[in-house]
Amino acid sequence: MASSKPDQPRKEREHEQDPSAVPPVPARATGEGLIRIRGLTFRRGKRVILDGVDMDIPRGSVVAIMGPSGVGKTTILKLIAGQLQPDAGSVQINGQDLAHLGHRGLYALREDMGFLLQNGALFTDLTVFENVAAPLRAHRKLPEAEIAARVSDRLDAVGLGGTETLMPDALSGGMARRVALARAVVLDPSIVMFDEPMAGLDPIAVSTINTLIRETNDRLGLTSIVVTHDVEQMIRLVDHCFILADGRIAGEGPPAALVDSENPSVAQFMNGKVDGPIPFHYDQASGAAR
Amino acid sequence: MSDITQTPLHRWVLAPLTEVGRCGLFLLRMLRGLRPGGDLVSNVLQQTFLIGGRSLVIIMICGFFVGMVLALQSINALQQFGAADQVSLLVGKSLFRELGPVLTALLFAGRAGTAIAAEIGLMKATSQLDAMELMAIDPVQRIALPRFLAGLMSVPLLTAMFNAMAILGAVVYSIGVMGLDSGVFWTKLQTGVYFGEDFLGGVWKSVVFGAIVSLVAVWYGFSARATGAGVGAATTNTVVVSSVLVLVFDFIMTSFLT
Repeated sequence: MASSKPDQPRKEREHEQDPSAVPPVPARATGEGLIRIRGLTFRRGKRVILDGVDMDIPRGSVVAIMGPSGVGKTTILKLIAGQLQPDAGSVQINGQDLAHLGHRGLYALREDMGFLLQNGALFTDLTVFENVAAPLRAHRKLPEAEIAARVSDRLDAVGLGGTETLMPDALSGGMARRVALARAVVLDPSIVMFDEPMAGLDPIAVSTINTLIRETNDRLGLTSIVVTHDVEQMIRLVDHCFILADGRIAGEGPPAALVDSENPSVAQFMNGKVDGPIPFHYDQASGAAR
Repeated sequence: MSDITQTPLHRWVLAPLTEVGRCGLFLLRMLRGLRPGGDLVSNVLQQTFLIGGRSLVIIMICGFFVGMVLALQSINALQQFGAADQVSLLVGKSLFRELGPVLTALLFAGRAGTAIAAEIGLMKATSQLDAMELMAIDPVQRIALPRFLAGLMSVPLLTAMFNAMAILGAVVYSIGVMGLDSGVFWTKLQTGVYFGEDFLGGVWKSVVFGAIVSLVAVWYGFSARATGAGVGAATTNTVVVSSVLVLVFDFIMTSFLT
């Protein structure tokens, strides 16, 4: 998973072509590095959340970041999106170091990212249509008919065609998350990050969301990063998995292989064991919440 | 070594100064995106309707009764000196110079300022501001700036409406109830209240008050803790801080204007 020479940004490619054109059909993970994280360290006050994390995420793959609660999984996503600044280390996307991007550079990079937050975070005063159309209106000067076509296409892809006029408070949790997924991919980003996309959903909604993540990733040629606790679902969904424990990568690899890992932290987490190095109770000294 | 954040110096001097500095930087960040364009204009007009238009009824009702009570008190006092016919002059000057801008700003802080702070605070608590930022949409430009500009525009307009309704209230009480001569009432008002000194002085104040209340509201909304209690604290702080600032700036501006 070595890093490669930066490609032409996807946004520029998109601007050169007809906006209504169907994106190229991608293959699965190409092995080419898209996100490269080195020595990532992040503290909240005196508490060290991440302590020298290294990760390489290949283009076109679906990758999971897993670990116990409070270990810093969401923090990694926010660091990749540039929403938080690391205390040490670097995050490179397409060869660009986030630390060297200014405000505008960061915002330009984020146009090439989609982010599905834990609760969906739909705009409560806008309809489903306007929620999905919001990134298009902000970043693409498209005619209204084109916006409507793209929004309908994305809503159909998540199985919610016909919900355009509904307000977010009329949606179930699973539906809201699917609308948020449609919004996250409406700009055809290269990278989509999912923060606990299955939390609190019923088994049918979980399977639906999982299928959508995989299909959307493969159909649109994305690179997807999923933060989750759900080991069984991840074994089916992802290509590669990182297990975080005590602020470090305790193990990585294909999820099925990690189940049989000899690393005690990885084995404990993947098999849901009570006994092991990962404590269940709150550690007052370190401030770590389990 | 003692922690400076626990000292009275930090609590009463350094922390408030830091807050003022952050709020100033927030204002600069907001104004940096001030480029006239279709989106900004339509957002400002929409917010002007939502926070200004919807404050109109309460402003009109309060203005009417403030005018009535001003006339009532003034006539009672002036009658002792045989000068009841001067009531319109007293009501007009006190309204245009002081009461109109100040009371409108205080009502605006209670009606619209709290709504702005609560709305933004709730957006923060439900991660909507995070989502916006992650979509490369600057929430300060998209959410704060239109509300700030709408407040800046709304308060002078609402003040004008407050003053008009207060004059109407004074007319109803003075002429309708107390039987004062209407010609004398209007002549005294027309000749005694000056456009530049009285009317424009009040307009300038209302612009400044609009900026203060709107800035305080969007600032507390954005800096609210992302919890229910945090949103509650943001709305309370908006009313308290903006009311105090309006009265402080009223004194400062009055000192300079007179």
